[in-house]
Amino acid sequence: MTLFNMLFFAIAALIVASTGIAITRRNLVHAVIYLIFGFFGSAFLFYLFGSPFLAALMVIVYAGAIMILFLFIIMMLRVESPEERLFPPRQTLPAVLFAAAYVVIGGLLLVNDPCAAAPLVAVSTEPSVFGRYIFTHSWLAVEMASLLLLVAMIGALLVGKRPVREGKE
Amino acid sequence: MDIPFGYVLALAGIVVVLGMVCAVARRNLIMILLGVEVMLNGAAIAFIGAALRWQQLEGQAFVLFIIAIAAAEVSLGLALIVHLYHHTGSLNPEDYKVLK
Repeated sequence: MTLFNMLFFAIAALIVASTGIAITRRNLVHAVIYLIFGFFGSAFLFYLFGSPFLAALMVIVYAGAIMILFLFIIMMLRVESPEERLFPPRQTLPAVLFAAAYVVIGGLLLVNDPCAAAPLVAVSTEPSVFGRYIFTHSWLAVEMASLLLLVAMIGALLVGKRPVREGKE
Repeated sequence: MDIPFGYVLALAGIVVVLGMVCAVARRNLIMILLGVEVMLNGAAIAFIGAALRWQQLEGQAFVLFIIAIAAAEVSLGLALIVHLYHHTGSLNPEDYKVLK
């Protein structure tokens, strides 16, 4: 077993464990902190799979910006664990049933797929190569993504405005 | 390096299933949004593995757009959650019964 394989399995275990802990926390702040660990694991995985630029982006945007936004909102709303039961059986039963069905079907697909047995070959993409590729092949999608972010910002501004005190309507 | 591509897909699938359980089973709007984030992360892992498997850069380009969409979705979703919390004083989705 090479070092690469050991690293992959360690990172995979880290991602699954921290995500699993995160989704079962009652305290929202703890959940977000554990999820930050999970996203760090994803960033390591991206680096291992040869895209250092996306690994950096994962740390900066996902673990840095998105999760901190969650922390801000949780602390701003000051919710203290409104769930009396963490996993109410009425909702957990369908969730577990769907999850089991997907795991079984996905496992069968993976076992029977000849494509899935192909070993990966390690390569690394330089950020400059990646940037040139993005801006020559999918510049339109980049523009659309920037427009989407602008629209989301305007929408968040509109939705987040404090309601004006007007009489009962 | 001899990890089969299927292992990466299995990892991505496990992460997506964890996010799905979180989004379906929890009764807190913030945890539901976190579950959606976890699912997007699983999709990104699958795309990165596929980019390495076929030695194409399209997969990595897709992950870039997944990150952008996750950022947009989370900002708008959290703004909506704050708006709803100010109106109803609750984060439990079962309390939202009035279309007004």
